[in-house]
Amino acid sequence: MADSAYNTPADYIGHHLSNNTYALSDHDLMILHIDSVVMAILIGILSIGLIWLVARKATSSVPTKTQAFVELIFSFIDSQVSAIFHGNRHTFVAPAALTVFLWVLMMNAMDFLPIDIMSKFYGFLGLHEWKHVPTSDVNTTFGLALGVWFLMIFFGIKAKGLGGWLHEFFCEPFGSKIWVWPANFLFNLIEYVSKPLSHSLRLFGNMYAGEVIFLLLGLWAATGVSGIFFSSILGAGWAIFHILIVVLQAYIFMMLTVVYLAMAQEGH
Amino acid sequence: MNLNFTLIAQAIAFAILIWFTIKFVWPPLLNAIEKRQKEIADGLAAAQEGKLSLEVAAKKNAESLNEVKQKGAEIVSQAEKRASEIVESAKKVAKEEGDRIITSAKSEIDQEINRAKEDLRTQVSTLAIAGAEKILSKEIDKKAHADMLSKLAKEL
Repeated sequence: MADSAYNTPADYIGHHLSNNTYALSDHDLMILHIDSVVMAILIGILSIGLIWLVARKATSSVPTKTQAFVELIFSFIDSQVSAIFHGNRHTFVAPAALTVFLWVLMMNAMDFLPIDIMSKFYGFLGLHEWKHVPTSDVNTTFGLALGVWFLMIFFGIKAKGLGGWLHEFFCEPFGSKIWVWPANFLFNLIEYVSKPLSHSLRLFGNMYAGEVIFLLLGLWAATGVSGIFFSSILGAGWAIFHILIVVLQAYIFMMLTVVYLAMAQEGH
Repeated sequence: MNLNFTLIAQAIAFAILIWFTIKFVWPPLLNAIEKRQKEIADGLAAAQEGKLSLEVAAKKNAESLNEVKQKGAEIVSQAEKRASEIVESAKKVAKEEGDRIITSAKSEIDQEINRAKEDLRTQVSTLAIAGAEKILSKEIDKKAHADMLSKLAKEL
C-alpha cells in the first residue's frame, strides 16, 4: 500500500530504504544512523535480557518451560560450537556465538513487521525516516563482522604469539622461502579482507533484498484490486519463505563467526 | 548504503552484548545444565547399584529359603522317627504287660483247677467210702482203710 504522499515509486522505495541520520560533524564518515543503532541496542537488550532473566534463576532441578526453551537454544549453540571449536569454548567463543545468533536472529526477524503500517506508527511518533531492520543496514553487519575480524586477529596472536602469527602471515600457504613472501602476504591479505566482507555482505544482501521485495509488493498493491489480491498472496508467500531466510542467515552468521575464530586459533 | 560512524557504534554494542553474555548469561545456564547432567548420571548410577544389591538380596533370600526348607525336612523326618520309636516302645510295653497278665491269670487258673481237683478228690473219696459202706452194709474200719483210701484218692 503506497501512501498518497509518495509521488513516484522511487520516492516510496527511497523513503523506506533511507536511514534516520544524525551528523556528528561535517565529515561524511561522521554520520550516525540513529534508527539502526537504537533498534539494534533495543533488540539486543530485549533478546539477551530475556534469556538473562531466565539464566539468573536457572535451576538444575526440573526446569520451567521457559528455561527448557532457553536451554534448547543453549544446547543447540553449544553443540554447534563444540563441533567446530576445539579448546575451552565456554570462556569466550560459545557465549559470543549465542550472542551473535540471538541478536542477529532478532534483528532479522524485525523484517516480519509490515513496513507501511510500521512507518505510520513511526510517523505517529514523529520519526519520518525509520528503518526498523538493523541488519539491512550495511553498517550493522559490517560492524559485527569487523568485531569478529578483530577477535580473529586477537585469537590468532593469542594462540601463536605475535611472531608466530606474523610468520604465518608471510610463510603460509606457499612455504617459508623468502621469494614467496610477497605472494603469501598477498594471499593472506586477500583472505583477511574478504572474510569480513563476505561475512557482512551475505547477511546484509539477504536482508536488504528481502526488504526490497516487500516494498515492490507494496508498490504493486497500490495499483488496484488485482494488485492488492496478488501482492497479498505473494507477500504472504514471501513472508513465510523469509522465516527460513531470517533463521538461516542468523545461523550462517553465527557459524562463520565460530569458524573464523577456530581457524584463527588453529592455523592453516 | 554508505559506511559511516554507525558501524563503530554497532561494533561497540556488539562488544558490550558479548561481554554481558559471557559474564551473566552463559555461566548460570552452563552450571545448571552441567549440574543436572551430573545429577542424572549419579541417579542412573545409584539405580544401577540398587538393582545390583536387589539381585544380591534375592540370591541370599533364595539361599536362606533353601536352608530353612532343608532344616524343616530334617526336623520332620526326625519327628517321624521319634514317633515310630515311641509307638514301638509302647507296643513292647503293652505286650509285656499283656504277657504278664496272661501268665498270672494262667497260674491263678491252675491254682483254681488244683484246688477244685483237691476238693473233688476228697469228695470222691468220701463218696466212695460212703458208697462202699452202703454196698458192704458193713462198717469199715475207717482207720484201717484210711491209708488205702488216701492212696486211692491220690490216684484219682
